[in-house]
Amino acid sequence: MAKGMVIIGAGECGARAAFALRENGYEGPVTLIGTEKHLPYERPPLSKESMVSEDHPLPRTIAGEDQFSEKCIDFIGKSTVSAINRSVKSVALEDGRQIDYDRLLLATGAVPRALPLAAGSKHCVTLRSFEDALAIRARFQRDAQIIIVGGGFIGLELAASARKRGAKVTIIEAQPRIMMRGVPEEIAQVIDTRHRNEGVAIRCNTGIVSIADNADNVSITLSNGDVVAADLAVIGIGATPVTALAEAAGLETGNGIVVNDWLQTNDPDIFAAGDCCIFPLAIYGGRRVRLEAWRNAQEQGALAARNMIGSLEPHQAVPWFWSDQYDLGLQVAGLADEGNQTIRRDLGDGAFILFHLADDGRLVAASGIGPGNAVAKDIRLAEMLIARTARPDPIKLAASDVKLKSLLAA
Amino acid sequence: MSNWIEACTSDDIDEEDVMRFDHAGRTFAIYRSPDDEYFATDGLCTHEHIHLADGLVMDEIIECPKHNGRFNYKTGEAKGAPVCVNLRTYPVKVEAGKVLIQLG
Repeated sequence: MAKGMVIIGAGECGARAAFALRENGYEGPVTLIGTEKHLPYERPPLSKESMVSEDHPLPRTIAGEDQFSEKCIDFIGKSTVSAINRSVKSVALEDGRQIDYDRLLLATGAVPRALPLAAGSKHCVTLRSFEDALAIRARFQRDAQIIIVGGGFIGLELAASARKRGAKVTIIEAQPRIMMRGVPEEIAQVIDTRHRNEGVAIRCNTGIVSIADNADNVSITLSNGDVVAADLAVIGIGATPVTALAEAAGLETGNGIVVNDWLQTNDPDIFAAGDCCIFPLAIYGGRRVRLEAWRNAQEQGALAARNMIGSLEPHQAVPWFWSDQYDLGLQVAGLADEGNQTIRRDLGDGAFILFHLADDGRLVAASGIGPGNAVAKDIRLAEMLIARTARPDPIKLAASDVKLKSLLAA
Repeated sequence: MSNWIEACTSDDIDEEDVMRFDHAGRTFAIYRSPDDEYFATDGLCTHEHIHLADGLVMDEIIECPKHNGRFNYKTGEAKGAPVCVNLRTYPVKVEAGKVLIQLG
């Protein structure tokens, strides 16, 4: 009799995998284990809608109770897995339960990178869970002083949300500019300008020397000697993959749980997907990456599910991510650092796309910014061109009167 | 009830493309298929209320610009995660170069 499929981690990736097992015809037991008390929910709103909604926010669940029972997915919340016992193919929960598996998926995600100087401060927080979001939201009061440490996506989205709530915001970034990782300077500049116009103070090239809690606020000493006070400091300096279970089970890990093209670890019955895994990207010659992105979590969850039941398809998707700040929408397909040449295409209303080409003319990435979803259609088309390793004519890429769709046919 | 509303002219939309049409506080998406037929659906994705008219049309599929939820715009059928609720569709006719949709 089938022991079944066990999924550790009930975020976007794990939940998607559970349903994908059923969509692909798997009929054995499916167990989804998560640490949180909620049904699996979407995290992207936590830095955006959940911060600014007029009504008290609720977790936006990926599926309801009825869908779990209809699909016979056993969701075990509020539970931590203490060990994976590979020799007998079972996982042990902290409460003593043992669950056997035929195939296991690790979708353990990532946790915010800790800032050691902030350890123990009750005014320094990070954002990952719905409860984190509620705690931050409660402090985003009118005229509250908010410091955001780290000018990445989470920090910038929170800055925009805090401004909407009327708080005063300062962003502290150690690098020379915001969004150094993955976003070209020309686009980062648009976002930087927009934040400044909205009243956000941005201090780049600025480190943190010390953090000291006061009774009601926190004093942060910066590398230039300035001391800034905040009612709340949100630390958004990246995330680290959750790999401890995998390591303890003797699986190969590095910056993430190491998987092959099929998202399989060095134990062929154990797969890993989403933020926690480091995987080869076929479109860039097998370059190993780890992505912290909603769509990657979703696609890899679905792919891992298909491969757990034997289809063994390689992961071939093009990385894609987005960020919304104020009314600006940013989308990136591919990894821009693969390119050596940039072509700009203007779309009107201030929207534009940068196409990143490799030396051999291949389109390797496209980054776009504009109001709302103005760049979405063209970024999606670019993604298809990237997946085909197309070498589009740079003149046509730049010409906004030439439809990108026409290049797909070429 | 036959409540036909003029949404646009037939030239306003390219083949295999979509445009947004707002009427009486509601928003719709009007499509022109690769074989030159016209269709209409509700304008917002059933997943997160994003305007579908910013999305990409490929054959008979409209893809949400934010999360790539896919629908068959001819039938309204949701094609899988993250969308699971079908899109409402509306009858369309073209008369004298005008695209009319029937609102129930």
